[in-house]
Amino acid sequence: MRINYPGTIRIVRLPCTGKVDIIHILRAFEKGADGVYVVGCLEGECRFENGNLQARKRVDQAKKILDTIGIGGERVWMYNLSSSDGPRFAEYAVEMTEKIKELGPNPLKKAKEKMAA
Amino acid sequence: MIVAEKKPIEEIIDYVKDFQKLLIAGCNECVTVCEAGGKKEVGILASALRMYFMNEGKKVEIDEVTLERQCDHEYLEEIRDRIDQYDAVLSLACGVGVQFMAEKYFSTPVFPGVNTCFMGAAEERGVWSERCQGCGQCILGKTAGICPISRCAKRLLNGPCGGSTKGKCEINKDLDCAWQLIIDRLKELDRFDEYEQIMPIKDWSTERAGGPRKVVREDVRL
Repeated sequence: MRINYPGTIRIVRLPCTGKVDIIHILRAFEKGADGVYVVGCLEGECRFENGNLQARKRVDQAKKILDTIGIGGERVWMYNLSSSDGPRFAEYAVEMTEKIKELGPNPLKKAKEKMAA
Repeated sequence: MIVAEKKPIEEIIDYVKDFQKLLIAGCNECVTVCEAGGKKEVGILASALRMYFMNEGKKVEIDEVTLERQCDHEYLEEIRDRIDQYDAVLSLACGVGVQFMAEKYFSTPVFPGVNTCFMGAAEERGVWSERCQGCGQCILGKTAGICPISRCAKRLLNGPCGGSTKGKCEINKDLDCAWQLIIDRLKELDRFDEYEQIMPIKDWSTERAGGPRKVVREDVRL
């Protein structure tokens, strides 16, 4: 299965999306990420019962915080797919990349440049 | 435990927007357990504030610390040597911790990061409810271990009132009638005859109505 997906994506591997915390998402933005998306198993198919449902809640909370502080909650998304569904993984990667391209770079980058100047 | 809720970030930003160096102080006790002001919440708030100020083009330095407790001298003393570095402290402890911090570090502005709600129990993950109002004269021994002061909307000592329907309170269909719970448990304990005893008027002077309270224990004082 030699499927391509955008090279701009950096994968952080976790044992389960239930491990994702709000702080992990926020830190990614603090360090300059333009977008973050969490890819979990299909809802109802979590090996640990509700890890992916908890991840979704945390993604929603991160969205709210990012909206409040002016970074934009639409830069964070949650996707669900089956672990063997490679083509869909690539599809979501393309979809997310397009979304982020539309939104432009993380506003903190510009702010940092301005402050440095 | 003391149950608190996180304040909205907008409100917190409004408190601290004019300072250049901030310390966000969490507390390892009650507010950690109710997920409002522990180390994790300190980290999230600090990260959010750092990004907010950077996006606004303001240079604000934000440090994080989580103390074992903020209601004891010994733990608050841990930050004495560096408190002067900060323009303000944002305390995520309960109202007690915020005040104790403000008393101890008199010249440093201290702001609350949580709304302190009540003394309660964790019914289940993410659900906390009130169990005690600290009235100063516990009557749980007479009410089958269920407190009508904190759990009855009218704080009745001889209940239930006419608003109790099918075991629920008239102010909220989801709220159990405390006196129904008391009656059920007295029956279960085979002590229902005690229900017939009229409870005398309570001395409310030990409650908040009697003014701010203090406990002095000569036997444990140094």
